Amino acid sequence: MMIEYENYVAATSVAEATKTLAEGNATVVAGGTDLMVQTAASGRGANTTLLNIRRISDLRGVALDGGRVTIGALTTITDLLTDGVVADAASILADTANRFASNQIRNMATVGGNICNASPAGDMIIPLLVLDADVELSAWRDGAVTTRAVALNEFFTGPGKCVKTEDELLTSISFNRPAEGFVGQFGKTGPRPALEISMVSVGVGGIVDNGGLTNARVVYGAVAPTPIRAAKTEAALEGLSLNEASIQSVLDVADSEVNPISDVRASDWYRRHLVRVMTQEVLQNVANG
Amino acid sequence: MSQMVNIIVTVNGEKRHVSVTPGLSVLNMLRDNLDLTGAKLVCGEGECGACTVIVDGVSVNSCLMYAVELDGREVTTVEGLQSSEKLDPVQQAFVDKGAIQCGYCTPGMVMQTTHLLSKNGKPNDEEIRRGLEGNVCRCTGYTKIIEAVNQAAEG
Repeated sequence: MMIEYENYVAATSVAEATKTLAEGNATVVAGGTDLMVQTAASGRGANTTLLNIRRISDLRGVALDGGRVTIGALTTITDLLTDGVVADAASILADTANRFASNQIRNMATVGGNICNASPAGDMIIPLLVLDADVELSAWRDGAVTTRAVALNEFFTGPGKCVKTEDELLTSISFNRPAEGFVGQFGKTGPRPALEISMVSVGVGGIVDNGGLTNARVVYGAVAPTPIRAAKTEAALEGLSLNEASIQSVLDVADSEVNPISDVRASDWYRRHLVRVMTQEVLQNVANG
Repeated sequence: MSQMVNIIVTVNGEKRHVSVTPGLSVLNMLRDNLDLTGAKLVCGEGECGACTVIVDGVSVNSCLMYAVELDGREVTTVEGLQSSEKLDPVQQAFVDKGAIQCGYCTPGMVMQTTHLLSKNGKPNDEEIRRGLEGNVCRCTGYTKIIEAVNQAAEG
């Protein structure tokens, strides 16, 4: 099914884009790699106006300012692979980008788009949750652009659903630069290394201390209706000295906390198996330094 | 009725004025509006790479990009590689190594190889496999394609 839009707006500023959104019935396109497939398959995004935000040059790039890293929503996945700030301050983002789709898709797809698509399996969401990221939502209200910050952990409400209202545009993602000693690890499993929607993805982060992690973060993708932070698993991991037995105890908590479904990509029992295997692998990596 | 959007896009070095609807893909514009049928529609989901073209120096899946997004930009398709009677070195390498069987994936493979070699002039076999991860071939088993990329890199 080919969807046709009645109008096209190529915004060059956040003001212009949010004004267009305020008028209603607009579908935002950034990289387009999810939107094109979904409109063809299900008519998602079948609004009257196609709003292209790709021309808003302010929204692309990564900056470090006062200990805070800000990623413009239009930063591509390829950009993350080569960005100096990312390599220096948050290499888990580059590690994840390296596992993302294919070269062609990484060249087009944007970080903001991957978040707004709100897939339970969205790869870039996992490391951003590990990093305690916030998203900035902009809207045209009372004659001006207004913004609000939402914790990424509170952004998703279900598969394809989030708290962003129809007149809001996700304009940037930011997080505090991780402290000295931070390690972050990302893992995903699919039938082949490239172009796979994760059957399960995992992100772990924290400050290495005495053979364990403090300020521990454990995040899973594709095991619940949204990407999740596993709070009980984080609590079990906090300050725990990592060895074979203690890692097993963390895996039991993780297993109790995930709630996967069976679908075309994997059955629920296999996803539970992957949660254990993949969590064990990343924790062993942390333990081995 | 859809609004028609007039765009100016440089296709294979030539400035073209094209009138497109907002929902038209780059692939359909190339094939239907400009009669450039090298890029192929296979999966339509960015999984196979047969529609790969180069936009402003980077490879993209033309089935996943809106034609309106090309306004003011430069596109190179497989038709644009050959500047004289002689094939481009990447095209010639695919012929020499027998890296073509049914040929349907070949324009995408050639364009992605061109992109890969523009970023990394001497890729090793692993880098070639990674570079072509977004392109599927069901005939060759890939070995001859990797040999072709190696030849193109040496040439």
